[in-house]
Amino acid sequence: MFDIDEGLRGELSKQGILTTTLEDLYNWGRKNSVWPLSFGLACCAIEMIAASMARYDLARFGAEVFRPSPRQADLMIVAGTVTKKMAPQVVRLFNQMPEPKYVIAMGACAISGGPFKQGYNVLKGIDRYIPVDVHIPGCPPRPEALIHAFMTLQKKIDEQRLVGKDRPRHLDAEAPSEFPVPQFGEHDLVPPKNPDVWQPPAAVRPA
Amino acid sequence: METLEQLKSRLEAAVVRARIEIMRNESPSAQHSLRVNNEAAVAIARFLRDDPELRLDYCSNVTGVDWPDAEISEKAKVTKVVDGVETHVEEVRKTKRPGYLEAVYHLYSIEKAHGPVILRLRTENRGDQVHLPSLTPVWRGCEFQEREIYDLYGVVFDGHPDLRRILMWDEFKDYPMRKDYAEPDDYEYEPTPHEKVLAKARRHSTQETNP
Repeated sequence: MFDIDEGLRGELSKQGILTTTLEDLYNWGRKNSVWPLSFGLACCAIEMIAASMARYDLARFGAEVFRPSPRQADLMIVAGTVTKKMAPQVVRLFNQMPEPKYVIAMGACAISGGPFKQGYNVLKGIDRYIPVDVHIPGCPPRPEALIHAFMTLQKKIDEQRLVGKDRPRHLDAEAPSEFPVPQFGEHDLVPPKNPDVWQPPAAVRPA
Repeated sequence: METLEQLKSRLEAAVVRARIEIMRNESPSAQHSLRVNNEAAVAIARFLRDDPELRLDYCSNVTGVDWPDAEISEKAKVTKVVDGVETHVEEVRKTKRPGYLEAVYHLYSIEKAHGPVILRLRTENRGDQVHLPSLTPVWRGCEFQEREIYDLYGVVFDGHPDLRRILMWDEFKDYPMRKDYAEPDDYEYEPTPHEKVLAKARRHSTQETNP
């Protein structure tokens, strides 16, 4: 892609000539029609529903069309507690979504297990199995927080370069689009996490 | 409603082979319960539901309790002859009580607006004899709660119409609500671990350094 000089672009627009790049146009189109998959897992889903209704009006961002099928969705909002029994289904739904696809992990449970973190039946964050773009803390997060996450995601999409090393997953033939679905084991999910996706930073302590 | 003692004698008269023990609850709630024998449990339940005085038509709650093997120490005063003189000596007697599992049923009457009457069923042990009669044929609402007890405590309810795990997946082998359940070591860093989580963190860190 060629980057047009900002001064020249301003000068041209004064003369009534609009210039843009294919990248800008492509990203502009993508970021303003992110359709979420309509599924909720727990109380965060209520806030998600509130965000999509008239008072908070997610439609302003082009995301009012909650799709009932993963084949038509661009965004998965993991809204609520992901139990270990539900985790394979969530990963399977994500695998069934076509690229480009994004994930917002909404609420304390979806990002880390939340208040159930030390329990035996709750997954300690959906980012153990699928790549999460935006995490929202909160229990549950308010609709404003979801809208903020959505705007963060839009910014992220807008800033994506279509070529080069940092190009998005759907333009990189090498990058995976599907992720292994965990199996039900005798004591836990097998594997308990996907190390390709989940690389938590190690706590570094001063000696 | 009649007292538990009256209820006990009426039940023993009405139901064949019923053996009933009143379990006192000394806490302020004073919810005393009836421990009934497993053989007569279904007949007792039917009686409680259909008796015109009681009409306990609503089973509000079924829950499980795990009682692991325990050592009970009792203090007893014993008279002993020490050096030819009789003296009173306090002796601590230790008895081993084998563990068992319990299912506890809370019964109310919507028609008569009274309750609760609390029933307890007890298994023989925590290992191979964990069968209890299901009371789902008497109160349909027990179905899911008995399944939950089966899932989390491993009590097998004979006569249950659909005994499967309800919260955990079918392949799961453990009983997470038992006291001796050891969960898989998937501890994650926490900034301020305390109590049980601190113990977990220590266990985890020692395992990491000495694999």
